[in-house]
Amino acid sequence: MSDDNMLKVERLTKTYASSAPTGALTVLREVSFELPGGASLAIVGPSGSGKTTLLGLCAGLDTPTSGQVVLAGENLGRLSEDARARVRNAHVGFVFQNFQLIPTLTALENVLVPVELRGEGGREGEARELLSRVGLGERFDHYPVQLSGGEQQRVALARAFMNRPKVLFCDEPTGNLDGDTAVAMTELVFGLNRERSTTLVLVTHDLELAKRCQRIIRLKSGAVISDSQG
Amino acid sequence: MNFIFKLAWRDSRASRRRLVLFSLSVVLGIAALVAIGSFSANLRAAIDDQAKSLLGADLVITSRQPILSEVQAHLDALGGEQAREAAFSSMLVIPTPEGDRTRLVQVRAVEGRFPFYGEFLARPAEAPGQLAAGGAVVLLEETLLSQFGLKSGDHVRLGKVTFTVLGAVLKVPGDSTAITQLAPRAFIPLAQLPATELAGPGSLVRHRIALKLPPEIDPLAVEREMRMKFVTERMAYDTVEERKRDLGRALENVYAFLSLVGFVALFLGAIGVASAMHVYIRQKISTVAVLRCLGASARQSFSVYLVQGLGLGLLGATLGALLGIAVQLALPQAMAGVLPFDVDFFISWPAVARGMGAGLVICLLFTLLPLLTVRRVSPLVALRSAFAEPSDRPDPWRIALGGVIVMAIAGFAVEQTRSLTLGLGFTGALAVGFAVLTGVARVVAWAARRWLPRNLPYVVRQGVANLHRPNNRTVLLLVALGLGTFLITTLYLTRTTLLVQIQGTGGEGRPNLLFFDIQDDQIRPLNALLEREGNPAMQQAPIVTMRVRSLKGQPVEELLKDPANRIPGWTLRREYRSTYRDGLTETETLLSGELVPRVSPETGVIPITIEEGLVQDLQLALGDEVEFDVQGVPLRTRLAGVRKVDWQRLQPNFFIVFPEGVLEEAPQFFVSALRITTPADSARLQQAVVRDFPNVSAIDLTLLLETFDTIFSKVALVVQFMAFFTAATGIIVLVGAVLMGRFQRIRETVLLRTLGATRRQLVQIQLVEYAILGVLAAFVGCLLAVAGNLMLAKFVFKTTATADPLTLGIAVLTVSAITLLTGLLSNRGIADHPPLEVLRQET
Repeated sequence: MSDDNMLKVERLTKTYASSAPTGALTVLREVSFELPGGASLAIVGPSGSGKTTLLGLCAGLDTPTSGQVVLAGENLGRLSEDARARVRNAHVGFVFQNFQLIPTLTALENVLVPVELRGEGGREGEARELLSRVGLGERFDHYPVQLSGGEQQRVALARAFMNRPKVLFCDEPTGNLDGDTAVAMTELVFGLNRERSTTLVLVTHDLELAKRCQRIIRLKSGAVISDSQG
Repeated sequence: MNFIFKLAWRDSRASRRRLVLFSLSVVLGIAALVAIGSFSANLRAAIDDQAKSLLGADLVITSRQPILSEVQAHLDALGGEQAREAAFSSMLVIPTPEGDRTRLVQVRAVEGRFPFYGEFLARPAEAPGQLAAGGAVVLLEETLLSQFGLKSGDHVRLGKVTFTVLGAVLKVPGDSTAITQLAPRAFIPLAQLPATELAGPGSLVRHRIALKLPPEIDPLAVEREMRMKFVTERMAYDTVEERKRDLGRALENVYAFLSLVGFVALFLGAIGVASAMHVYIRQKISTVAVLRCLGASARQSFSVYLVQGLGLGLLGATLGALLGIAVQLALPQAMAGVLPFDVDFFISWPAVARGMGAGLVICLLFTLLPLLTVRRVSPLVALRSAFAEPSDRPDPWRIALGGVIVMAIAGFAVEQTRSLTLGLGFTGALAVGFAVLTGVARVVAWAARRWLPRNLPYVVRQGVANLHRPNNRTVLLLVALGLGTFLITTLYLTRTTLLVQIQGTGGEGRPNLLFFDIQDDQIRPLNALLEREGNPAMQQAPIVTMRVRSLKGQPVEELLKDPANRIPGWTLRREYRSTYRDGLTETETLLSGELVPRVSPETGVIPITIEEGLVQDLQLALGDEVEFDVQGVPLRTRLAGVRKVDWQRLQPNFFIVFPEGVLEEAPQFFVSALRITTPADSARLQQAVVRDFPNVSAIDLTLLLETFDTIFSKVALVVQFMAFFTAATGIIVLVGAVLMGRFQRIRETVLLRTLGATRRQLVQIQLVEYAILGVLAAFVGCLLAVAGNLMLAKFVFKTTATADPLTLGIAVLTVSAITLLTGLLSNRGIADHPPLEVLRQET
């Protein structure tokens, strides 16, 4: 792997054991690619093609059946779940389709979670700045339940950038948003990505959104069927 | 660390009220432990403070014979002060305008300045002084005065003397209130005793000398020396240290029992906390997954909820301790009737710490069970909720924790009861109760899924389906309600068993009135009187007192001095009241050997039968020789037969039965048993007998029953007080469980509302679910109680268990009604709100 590769995926396979007569279910087969720092990648494909599984494995949320993932120079296969959590905390940001804010925390507190997890204090100003940057300067103390879907996703984006990630993983970031809100969200994701030179890995159904990325990998039945420039 | 505390606090925001409710589950259990522990410390302190007044003297010597002159000389040589007493049972005659009335009393003829420590309390206060001054005066038990409307200056008769009532005895050092209820006391000056003619030969007088020793003399040393010096004198010794130890031991037993009842409440609460936490943690799984995605380690996310659990435990323990201290204030009133001394209130901080500690540990252990799930939450759950399903892999931590919980419970029970067998027995009983209820719950859930008839109305099908669907509360509610029902019903059933046992002794056709202390020359005229009154004696037995002189050729004195002797000392020292007759009575069966009906007066070695327990104690076998001392005359006997005796029947029963033809000429007295039908008959007959035979005493079974019930009611009050904690905890756990269910079921309820379900339908669905759970829990709890009562009756009370259907019916109805009511009240509101509002809250 060249030194500027932020993410390297090698012959990644994921199989789930099953008691069904058809036997074990392979949801990802022999997937390989490399992604340099600052690049953007869209993973597209129909439902059940293995997109989310690939994203989860790249981010170290699960372990592959075979193959390996090297993220920010760390071979995730050699790390324990807690060590992978430390890697995520140090280098990774997430945006989920269903926002995944912690319902009991305010917008500001949600954004602060990644840094507080590291025991870092005094970053409240930065969190406020990020929230203002995504247009929520007036909503610091609101709880998720008091925010619209678009606002919740913007809080999630601010939280993803709070730990200055090297890689941002987005799982259908606009999947639950209406047209205008989705467009605004897309601008924010790519804007912040550019500003902060983050590597972006995006899972989406939306081909228009995928085209904004430098590279598109298409999956079908767990295998890569094309790997093209966006 | 800071993050963990911060997040634990922030994350609890939306659920604080719910969390406080969970903590309430353990409050009552901890309160019970704190109250009992602290009160017990009060009692121990009271015993230490009032040690000397527990006995009223340094040393008390009791004997069935008048104190011998050698013994008296020994005591006189010790110096100090002495007070003497002769005590026996007799009939007190109270003259009333309607005629004489009678009551069995414990006559205490006293002389000297007793008590040396503590106070002889009476009303009026100067009465004990007047008693000491002498004359035909009597101080009567307070209950006697109120029962017969007596007051100072009235007259009563004891034997041949008419006494003037001085007032009421309130408290005498060394006497227990419970015992005086059985035989009310009548204090008279010792000098008056001969004139009453009550303490003649054959009457059972207990002679007592109380000593106040010079400070340099150790009472225990005096006791040791006298035991060695007067081996054959068969005297009982009582010192302050022994009294303290006995009281302490009795107290420890009560403390252990009440603590266990308290602990059951705590255990029940802990189950409540565990199940509430289980539901709570399930709701937090997506939050944990997000935290894991954001880089939180398993330890960090686990710690966040552990801190919440600990906070919950601490809150519960603090509230419990405060409530416990408040309850402690009420305990002395509840136990007033059964305590032989005054108790000062103070808070025992070690007891508070122990109660809180036990509560915290149990709460923590039970909270850890559901919390362990947090460690295994995959961050993938943030991407796909399907991953939220718990893994089937066995968790070694969970298994280990289960082991620790069982050990903690067993350890606590063993520590409380100070007995491995009892402690493990308690843990076993709890485990069996738990296992049975869990098993029943699982069977019910399975049956509800398997056999739900499709043609039932929709609301019934929904209600029944709630028993098996995911997140059901079947196990939790059955365990919590069932255990509560089990404990409380066992208590009531045991009470009934004991009452029936006593009533049974006087069942149809059996004797229920006993006359005793009838002298040899009185038996014929007494029988004539009974015939005249229309109540002839049903059974009559002559009694000859005797002592054991030697066993299998070895003199008793040698046996008593022999350190290798394993025969209990009391069986060798005691005075036996034996009888003679030619056959068995209906309360006896011959286990082995033979009962020789009659022998000729010149028989050298008399064939006798002995009761099986005494045969074991004396380590005898058929054919072994026992020599008796029958009031100075030696009598050789051999064990010819072993009898089993049903002691629980109110009729003359004997350890040793001689054949006819041997004891007829020995000094003897008689006991007569007969049956009367009404209390009025009993009173009339007793009056007639006492008028003609003042020394004869009577025991009326009806009176005995009343007295037992009074004493038992007082004990039952204390136990019920403790059982209340268990029951109340059960209700709190129930409310908690229902509220948790409310949060679990809210989506479904709202969906049903959205799809057009009426409020009435929603209520009916809940009604079906709670009715099934309530009835089932009550039913299984009652079955367990019947089993528990059976075991207690068989192994502890050695009697036949009585399962009163009325008690069981009331238990089933009450528990079902409480379950229904609590369930409906707790769910109130869900159906009242517009669906959208509820949905927003849930988000």
